[in-house]
Amino acid sequence: MLEINNLHVKLEDEDKQILKGLSLTVEAGKVHAIMGPNGSGKSTLSYVLAGRDGYEVTDGSATLDGDSLLDMEPEERAAHGLFLAFQYPVEIPGVGNMTFLRTAVNAQRKARGEEELSSGDFLKVVRAKAKELKIDAEMLKRPVNVGFSGGEKKRNEILQMAMLEPRMCILDETDSGLDVDAMKLVAEGVNALRSEGRAFLVITHYQRLLDHIKPDVVHIMANGRIVKTGGPELALEVENNGYADILAEVNAGVNA
Amino acid sequence: MTTAQALSPRAARRAARQESTAAFIATLTPPQGPAWAAPLRKAALERLADLTLPDRRDEYWGYTNPDRLIAADIRPAEVFKITDEPPMYQGIDRLKLVFVDGVFSAADSDALEGDGIEISRLADSGDIHWAKDLYGTLEAKGQKPVARPLGALNSALATDGVLIRVTGKVSRPVSLIYRRGSEDAAVVLHHVIRMEPGSELTLLENGPVAARANMCLEADVADGAALHHVRTMGRDHERKGVTHVFARLGAKSLFKSFSLSMNGRLMRNEAQVWLEGEGGVAHVAGAALGDGTFHHDDTVFITHSAPGCESRQVFKKVLRDGAVGVFQGKILVEQPAQLTDGYQLSQSLLLDEKCQFLAKPELEIYADDVKCSHGSTSGEISPDHLFYLRARGVPEEEAKLLLVLAFLAETLDEIDSEDIANDMRLRLRRWLERHAH
Repeated sequence: MLEINNLHVKLEDEDKQILKGLSLTVEAGKVHAIMGPNGSGKSTLSYVLAGRDGYEVTDGSATLDGDSLLDMEPEERAAHGLFLAFQYPVEIPGVGNMTFLRTAVNAQRKARGEEELSSGDFLKVVRAKAKELKIDAEMLKRPVNVGFSGGEKKRNEILQMAMLEPRMCILDETDSGLDVDAMKLVAEGVNALRSEGRAFLVITHYQRLLDHIKPDVVHIMANGRIVKTGGPELALEVENNGYADILAEVNAGVNA
Repeated sequence: MTTAQALSPRAARRAARQESTAAFIATLTPPQGPAWAAPLRKAALERLADLTLPDRRDEYWGYTNPDRLIAADIRPAEVFKITDEPPMYQGIDRLKLVFVDGVFSAADSDALEGDGIEISRLADSGDIHWAKDLYGTLEAKGQKPVARPLGALNSALATDGVLIRVTGKVSRPVSLIYRRGSEDAAVVLHHVIRMEPGSELTLLENGPVAARANMCLEADVADGAALHHVRTMGRDHERKGVTHVFARLGAKSLFKSFSLSMNGRLMRNEAQVWLEGEGGVAHVAGAALGDGTFHHDDTVFITHSAPGCESRQVFKKVLRDGAVGVFQGKILVEQPAQLTDGYQLSQSLLLDEKCQFLAKPELEIYADDVKCSHGSTSGEISPDHLFYLRARGVPEEEAKLLLVLAFLAETLDEIDSEDIANDMRLRLRRWLERHAH
């Protein structure tokens, strides 16, 4: 579904290379996790895939079901089924959460040539999904993320994901700033969305999120590349021994 | 052995200004009006002679050039026919009073009557009228501490207007509609409103008025009364104008004024509100959107004289392609006005780098137990906000529109009627759609 090949990315304004030949394939129906130390380029990868300004792709490709993501505007990527759950969802005063959700859902439907949802239908769906995530009516009425706690913001991200029904979901450190209960709630929301036709790329520092969202494949990222790929046991290894051992092993391999 | 003493530079400047003002006054033809107003008009002219015409060097005219508001020649402004959006306030039941080029049109208007309300026209209000105690009174009071000479000019020259006395809770808004026929008319209108204790009224003003307009509203809001004022000024591009709102508030009274300004070449909206009774509430708000040669100035003074009053000033401007926005606002809290709650916000959203926002926020506080806050900012659309919306699939133009509307939302919150606020939202959205890159 998602294919990243030899991706090289630098900062637009600085001569600083962040991704240095990253390759990765995520198949439909699978959950892949990316773990890695600070500064390895994990968040950059998520932003570049979502289309944020400030990065320059110098080499490589990224495609979603064969279509090149890198040539698309952010909104086109979204309409193609890509979704990024932000590490730090922004607060947008003055834009009602409900208005935002409806605008986004209908904009995507329109871009795909589907009929827009009537406000009645939309309301029914959003209420049902919000309830599952324990998001109350008051939160839906408030401006986007304004005054939300860390946990509420992340739940709001998952609600957006549930409403937009993307095929490829990227979760950027969704566990950061969450207590155990909030993390469970978010993980349940994600697990409910797991399906044959949908894939997830879960970016995280810690193994604990992966106790709740069980990955099929775990990648270790360091210095702008995937340096090791394995099964769920790889996450446990990181949890027990830290990154140092794995990185040393990788380096030894390179230098051998 | 006395010789004529040389004047100091300051005195010489004043003498020169008095002389040019006197020359200006000599060119004026005061209108024939009701007998009761004659001495009030004469007094206003005398005030103007003493105040002298505004000048770029005056403290509150530093950001806006008054010349085109005074000049003898009126530059024409094309009459703008709105064909691409519904008429304002469609579906809102209201008492319609129509002025065409500043002249009241009985044929287009509803009858001057309603429950709990007395309305007459300034131009034919007879020899004796209750308004004689009010006309020009608040304007005169408003000349201190800051001179508002164009307000005095208005009191002297107003050809028409409405005189409204409200005795009950009036549910049907009074809607003043200003249409244009002439390309180059200069119009001077003066409205007087007396809100009796406990009364309520919503006053709507809409329309571009004239190529050049000088508008004045004096409102005396007695104890427990509530006056809601919502004003829009049409979309005519070259129009110029100056408006004054003078409002005096009694105890536990309410005055809310909102102005929407779009397009136009030069607009100066002044407001002076006095909170004179305990527990009064005054909110003055405005949204202004313009591009190119648009110059919009909000100059607002709120004076707290009594304890326990609340005031809010909320002004936002959206500027594009060289447009200029000005805000001068003051909260003056006099010594007896303990427990004042004052708030002032002026913000601009600059859609490109060619625009200017000039702001002069002021607080002057003589009471020691007050809560006053003010903020003034100028900025662009947040790239983070924009990316967030786009990452959810909202196309860039729609996302920008949502964010600009969000920026303006706080001003619209100052309109109590949801129907009226929605009508404003429609105008704002349409303006933004027309001006999307």
